[in-house]
Amino acid sequence: MSTPQATHERAAISLFRRDIVIRALLDSFKKLDPRVQVRNPVMFVVEIGAVITTVTWFIQLGGGKSLGGYEPSWFTFSIAIWLWLTVVFANMAEAFAEGRGRAQADTLRSMRKETMATMEDGTTRPAAELQRGDIVVVVAGELIPGDGTVIDGIATVDESAITGESAPVIRESGGDRSAVTGGTRVTSDRIVVEITQEPGKSFLDRMIALVEGAERRKTPNEIALNILLAGLTLIFMIVVATLRPFGLFAHTAISETALIALLVALIPTTIGALLSAIGIAGMDRLVRRNVLALSGRAVEASGDVDVLLLDKTGTITLGNRQASEFIPMPGVAEAELAEAAQLASLADETPEGRSIVVLAKQYGIREHDMSSGDATFVPFTAQTRMSGVDWNGKQLRKGAGDSVIAWVRDQGGEAPPELQAQLDRIGREGGTPLAVARDSQILGVVYLKDTIKEGMRERFDQLRAMGIRTVMVTGDNRLTAAKIAEESGVDDFLAEATPEAKLALIKEQQAGGRLVAMTGDGTNDAPALAQADVGVAMNTGTQAAREAGNMVDLDSNPTKLIEIVEVGKQLLITRGALTTFSIANDVAKYFAILPAIFVTTWAASHTSKSPLWVLNVMKLGNPQSAILSAIIFNAIVIPMLIPLSLRGVRYRPIGASALLRRNLWIYGLGGIIAPFVGIKAIDLIVHNLLGG
Amino acid sequence: MTVNGWLQIVIFCALLIGLSPIVGGYLAKVYMGERVFLTPVFGWFERGLYRAFGVDAKREQDWKSYAKSLLLFSLAGWLILYLILRTQTLDPWNNYGGVKFYSAPWNVTFNTVSSFLTNTNWQYYSGEDTMTYVSQMLGLTVQQFCSSAVGIAVAVAMIRGIAGRSGKNLGNFYADVTRTILYVLLPMSFIAALVLVSQGVLQNLSHYTSVDGISGIAQTIAQGPVASMEAIKDLGSNGGGFFDVNASHPFENPNGFTNFFIVFMVLILPASLVWMYGRMVGSRRQALAIFTTMFVMWFGGVTVAYAAEAHGSPAQHAAGLHTQVIADSTGGNLEGKEQRFGIADSVLFDVSTTATSNGSVNSALESYTGLGGAVPFANLSASEVIWGGVGTGMYSILMYVILAVFIGGLMVGRTPEYLGKKIEAKEIKLVAIGLLITPLTALFATALAVASSAGRASIPSLAAGGPQAFSESFYAYLSQSNNNGSAFAGYDGYNNPNVGNLHSAGVTFADLLGGGVMLLARYAPILFALAIGGVLAGKRVSPVGLGTMRTDNGTFVVLLIGVIVLVGALTFFPALLLGPIVQALTGHLYS
Repeated sequence: MSTPQATHERAAISLFRRDIVIRALLDSFKKLDPRVQVRNPVMFVVEIGAVITTVTWFIQLGGGKSLGGYEPSWFTFSIAIWLWLTVVFANMAEAFAEGRGRAQADTLRSMRKETMATMEDGTTRPAAELQRGDIVVVVAGELIPGDGTVIDGIATVDESAITGESAPVIRESGGDRSAVTGGTRVTSDRIVVEITQEPGKSFLDRMIALVEGAERRKTPNEIALNILLAGLTLIFMIVVATLRPFGLFAHTAISETALIALLVALIPTTIGALLSAIGIAGMDRLVRRNVLALSGRAVEASGDVDVLLLDKTGTITLGNRQASEFIPMPGVAEAELAEAAQLASLADETPEGRSIVVLAKQYGIREHDMSSGDATFVPFTAQTRMSGVDWNGKQLRKGAGDSVIAWVRDQGGEAPPELQAQLDRIGREGGTPLAVARDSQILGVVYLKDTIKEGMRERFDQLRAMGIRTVMVTGDNRLTAAKIAEESGVDDFLAEATPEAKLALIKEQQAGGRLVAMTGDGTNDAPALAQADVGVAMNTGTQAAREAGNMVDLDSNPTKLIEIVEVGKQLLITRGALTTFSIANDVAKYFAILPAIFVTTWAASHTSKSPLWVLNVMKLGNPQSAILSAIIFNAIVIPMLIPLSLRGVRYRPIGASALLRRNLWIYGLGGIIAPFVGIKAIDLIVHNLLGG
Repeated sequence: MTVNGWLQIVIFCALLIGLSPIVGGYLAKVYMGERVFLTPVFGWFERGLYRAFGVDAKREQDWKSYAKSLLLFSLAGWLILYLILRTQTLDPWNNYGGVKFYSAPWNVTFNTVSSFLTNTNWQYYSGEDTMTYVSQMLGLTVQQFCSSAVGIAVAVAMIRGIAGRSGKNLGNFYADVTRTILYVLLPMSFIAALVLVSQGVLQNLSHYTSVDGISGIAQTIAQGPVASMEAIKDLGSNGGGFFDVNASHPFENPNGFTNFFIVFMVLILPASLVWMYGRMVGSRRQALAIFTTMFVMWFGGVTVAYAAEAHGSPAQHAAGLHTQVIADSTGGNLEGKEQRFGIADSVLFDVSTTATSNGSVNSALESYTGLGGAVPFANLSASEVIWGGVGTGMYSILMYVILAVFIGGLMVGRTPEYLGKKIEAKEIKLVAIGLLITPLTALFATALAVASSAGRASIPSLAAGGPQAFSESFYAYLSQSNNNGSAFAGYDGYNNPNVGNLHSAGVTFADLLGGGVMLLARYAPILFALAIGGVLAGKRVSPVGLGTMRTDNGTFVVLLIGVIVLVGALTFFPALLLGPIVQALTGHLYS
């Protein structure tokens, strides 16, 4: 899905950066520590298997025999090596996923310089010693020493260290743009900041910890999946453990090496190896979109979101009103009104003013050469609520309906009766009317519309196909809200929204079993952000908002909620797809290993093979090469799937049923077929290496 | 295969598909506490029972309390049945063809009691040589009612949990069992018994009669209250027959009509329970998906077995014997099958009873061809979810449904949910362990039997070795683990040289291992099923949307079948290799 509003995306750090690769490789071996492995039951079993086969190999080297008694030591050795490699590959997946985050963390850490803070009284103190509630002064060129709220002044701040966005942003006291982040640089003016963080718990510190995965805990679904994988492992341990007595009854001594090979081939090593990498990569994908998820649980929940609460302004509409129509009063030509409106707006640099000039051009009215006459511009003030121009003796004004009517009356004119009707109609339709007057005459009305962002309807359609309802939240009245809701294609709206109404809406949806996501920036959004299952705070917002949400969007782009949902879904799909693939793989592995294990079982004579050998449908060269090929396939499929698990399976908003069918075909059926091909190919090589 | 054979199968399917929703609707009313047409008949009796036993039927139980009552009820039933079977010498009319029936030894009785308590009806004894009429009627037949009622109660309780919108209660165990027996099992069995009697099935307390056979040698013909046991044996997926040879005995199953009727009785309740499920969760389509899953797997089994048996055995082909359909013969492999049923009816019967945990048979499974005999093995490997036993099939397939939902649900990008309830760590833990028990008991018991010296010494065929011995042992424990009760013969736990249990001896190893396996494989999954119901009962329900994985369409049916087959196949394939598969590959019959 493409975003209508371009998202600032952090350049992905290449997986193959030298330092990342080296560190990941080293970590892959460090993680062989059983204390690390025990957290992953599937890989722990593989590691134990590797230890046993290695010990068996040493016993064989020392002249002892394996339980099977007949296997050559090179076979035991090869199996042992590939089992160790299986564990190493699994570690590598995790290490690579962590490596990328760590590289990002290192970059961030380099920005956390030791700064001196200037206190209110002019004394200085190391930034690290600042306490919550301290007041510091920061002037242009200085780094802000800690997270805080601007309590006095206005300044531009370069936040590129955190957001990656180079254009400075304005931070001022009061209102929703008062939060500043430690480590960012003031580029102009002077601000007084009240520190809101505890020492060592700054936003930057938290960000570093997050991207590094230092506080990573298993998410609920990860735990559930891990239990399922452990359960499957247990079933296969029972299957393999009982195979030895079964074999003995059939006069077939199956060696520990073959049993362990069978066990490792059957237990879901592929998903077991990649599970944690998938989780880390999901967080990482959010970081690359400049979103910081404060917990993995929040990422997972975002895949489950049923309802999106979207602020109208800035998310659904552009947030600035655009002129869309000139409505002249009786006896006034449309072009006349357009010209007057244009003249009155020439000095108006607001988006509204510019849009009037642009619309007037469509009436063939060129920009007037203002130098040709004596022009005095009248700027907008909060008192007059009008702006305009005095030009060549004519007074042109545009502004709010009642202000203009009052002004005309002062000039001795009278508002035509049609005016009020037009003003009311436009208000009803969700627009903003601007009256235009020339001297004592009201010429007409400019219809300013809140324009809906392009592509919103398609986006909402897609969300609907994903099963997500969208609710527009706006302070507008019901009529206005209804109109915009209808035009944009949003499913529902909350008009005249107060923070309390927003909170109540979230609670009501949650009581109905729905998961709610929202964005917010203001302090009064904080309760709702905390209540929502996925609360995305804008980085430009207040400290209170940033602390209430479970994600922070560094770009402060409310549309990003949609991408966050996609990342959450992708994470879950990747888990499910690889689990299915992993289990489906077992069919082929049975056909490779079981005929090999039972190659002599109930054979007609000592020289012939077992009747079961016909199940060797892949026509693998010989029993040892068959088992080895299955184990090699089992191992190398892990690194082959690392890119997929880091990138994530693509999510398509095609509805759950179509998505399930698609993934069942690819990962279910594909998972059955792929190992037949893979094992056969590996066997051709292995068998040839063994000398046919 | 014959047109006549297929016609019977098709008519059978039509009746099952047509009537099961009606019965299912009736069951839903019974368990939702609504008034049914039998309420005026039994209502007063039901209330009287509750008063007599001090049961407050309105008091709902959470899963632990429900389970506690269930275990208590079962323990009492076990002790009573054991007492009845061990005191046969005291029974009145204890004269069977001039022989007094003593009790079977303690070990055989342990096995038999456990078998009937767990709805398995594995029979090491042969009824007409071992059991008095009192034991058959007041002992075994009573437990056939009780154990079926327990199975249905567990399914109903679990469903209440899944459907539950508030609280954690699953219903009242004693009320569920009482209502099952009064409103479902008793009336249906009564009618079924009358139908059977009309066709010649015995129902008497007569003495065994002695007649001279064709060869002139005197033969003792066993008699007894057969129809009353036969009815509940089939309706309750019990399967324990009055006679040793079960449904191939002409007094149990005299003709083609009774055969057809019995198979219908075997399947009607398991199939109807699916529709009841749909009513209780408020969605016919959910029920249809599960019904379709079961039907497809069962019908596939019938087709494969029918084709294999009609084709005849490799031995027949090797010997150049006729296996075609000719006048007066259906052709194919008729070894071990009754002429009066032929191949279609034998296959329909045995595939259905091995799929439903009924376990009664009308033909000898060990005489099936390799492929035909693989179908009962496959049915058992699927852990009794292809219809399954009454109640057990329903709660077992719901565990598979939850498993399928978990794997499939992830693939649509949401944390998995079933009927709006999130499937999380707790549910997965219960499902994973719940589904683990049958493989655990079946594989470990088989391993003990074939590999331990005690095990091998106890059974003559095992001492001899070979694939057939392995098949018999594996089937025996697979059957007991699944509470099925059918057997591949050859496997014995009781040595009864004389009629009446005089000088008889049990094979302690087989009796105790089998009894233990049956108890564990019955009650452990029941506890897990109830726990799942309990956990799900209080869960918040999310509304179903476009982003939710649907569990009521064809894709889900395919996924569910895939999960059942894959889990079953992956668990049992290695063991199956050493028995039935190697036998099929070497082209031998099972004997």
